[in-house]
Amino acid sequence: MSTHARPRIGEQHCQECLVSIGPERIREEFPTLWTKVHGKPLVYLDNAATTQKPRSVIEALTRYYTEENSNVHRGVHLLSQVATQAYESGRTKVRQFVNAAHDREIIFTRGTTEGINLVAQTYGRRALRAGDEVLISAMEHHSNIVPWQMICEEKGAALKVIPMNDAGELLLEEYRRLLTDRTKLVAVTHVSNALGTVNPIQDVIALAHGRGIPVLVDGAQAVSHMPVDVRELDCDFYAFSGHKLFGPTGIGILYGKAYLLEAMPPYQGGGDMISAVTFEKTIYNTLPYKFEAGTPHIAGVIGLAAAIEYVERVGRNQIAAYEADLLAYGTEILTAVPGLRLIGTARDKAGVLSFVLDGIHAHDVGTILDLEGVAVRAGHHCAMPVMKRFGLPATARASLAFYNTRADLDALAKGLHKVREVFA
Amino acid sequence: MSDLRELYQQVILDHYKRPRNFKKLDGATRQAEGNNPLCGDQITVYLHMDGDLIRDISFEGAGCAISQSAASLMTTVLKGKTKAEAGALFEKFHEMVTGGENAVDPMELGKLAVFCGVKEFPVRVKCASLPWHTMRAALEGQNGSVSTE
Repeated sequence: MSTHARPRIGEQHCQECLVSIGPERIREEFPTLWTKVHGKPLVYLDNAATTQKPRSVIEALTRYYTEENSNVHRGVHLLSQVATQAYESGRTKVRQFVNAAHDREIIFTRGTTEGINLVAQTYGRRALRAGDEVLISAMEHHSNIVPWQMICEEKGAALKVIPMNDAGELLLEEYRRLLTDRTKLVAVTHVSNALGTVNPIQDVIALAHGRGIPVLVDGAQAVSHMPVDVRELDCDFYAFSGHKLFGPTGIGILYGKAYLLEAMPPYQGGGDMISAVTFEKTIYNTLPYKFEAGTPHIAGVIGLAAAIEYVERVGRNQIAAYEADLLAYGTEILTAVPGLRLIGTARDKAGVLSFVLDGIHAHDVGTILDLEGVAVRAGHHCAMPVMKRFGLPATARASLAFYNTRADLDALAKGLHKVREVFA
Repeated sequence: MSDLRELYQQVILDHYKRPRNFKKLDGATRQAEGNNPLCGDQITVYLHMDGDLIRDISFEGAGCAISQSAASLMTTVLKGKTKAEAGALFEKFHEMVTGGENAVDPMELGKLAVFCGVKEFPVRVKCASLPWHTMRAALEGQNGSVSTE
């Protein structure tokens, strides 16, 4: 399949670790990383917003639209069978990636947000009564706050929040106290997008299960940085997005335990989610199709499967180890920038360096870094309650992927010195 | 670097660090609040009107260098202007920072011309225009707050 003379990562190097493959070899496979912005080489440090795509993903999308485009699950013709097979083998790929027990536990969505909304509107609507509580954490992205607010308001239930300390770590003792007979669901992020905190999600789940409470994990920021095993975690739901995992936008995954998904009503009605329809009554399809109304994002699944293959070739343990080193280096050089304060200093972190500079607004930092070719995020990171908790209107955030290098972080530090020069 | 200096001109940085008329205005006859939810820029503009004349103007707020310096410079040019003159300046300023159809000669805007570079930065246009939208809301006696969203 390769159109290149040099073997691609994995084809001859599957046993090698990321560091020995070398970041340069990896960067070669991400065309966006070769582009220039404002006449300078792009230093892409906005991976928590979205990741760049390797050539294998781009080629998988092209191949599908060029050679296989067809609708799934209904054609008797060859192309439809090819597309159906590619789509369903993508599901198997995802199932293996998170180590779920069954393919039918993998629901394709538009993204993490839709996965959480699905659970809120189906499981939540069935489970919640007036006076019940849903428990989230103080570091949630808006997408793991608002869907719960909406259903709580509708049901007369209350939204409770697990607090965190100044480092951005959840207070587990407080959490223990907040778990009561009224708690019907816990929804917590695996990794904070604004702070980088890796939550002790296994403890969070075990404590909730001790009281028979199911747990949804927002995995949007976790899957690109570390191995995730939903059976080892024993989470009840795990939602994530393809585009933060080097795959296409518009495709997401909701993992749910089969017995929970079976008991949940459908989310949306339409084609594919039915077994039989009359004007009097509809019999819903089995899992996972019950939750996949309408023509799905077939190309998205195919691209996602290619992204997962890529990540597995690089190796998730290797990625975690490489990024831990990169994060430590970034923390060290940013701490050395005068007037810089890191926001989010948890002991266990992944991929995120959020910071403020004395007397300089995050948006000015972002604009000046952009002119230097360095792409970071500036703002509230869709986590306004996190900003409020730290008493800040906004932070600047550099977020990492395995294709980033120490040179990228050096460019960031150099850019920050320029910011300080401008405002001196 | 030229783009950078174009945007962050010394005058802008000076007004950011030492904002003029940065206070609550005693005897204000009108005031309005403006917010840019995306950045967290926040501004309150106070006006002391004498008929159609802006007798005095001040502001309070917090945010990025562009929004705060735009507010500061705005207060320095609007003191003593009539409502109609302020409205006309609003239009010209808006045209300049958005790079609109009716190209404005920055010379017409006097010292406000330092914001000319903003048009090259579409995501920052809201920062520069927030104080002006807020001022206009105060001028027109609108209640509540202005948002750039």
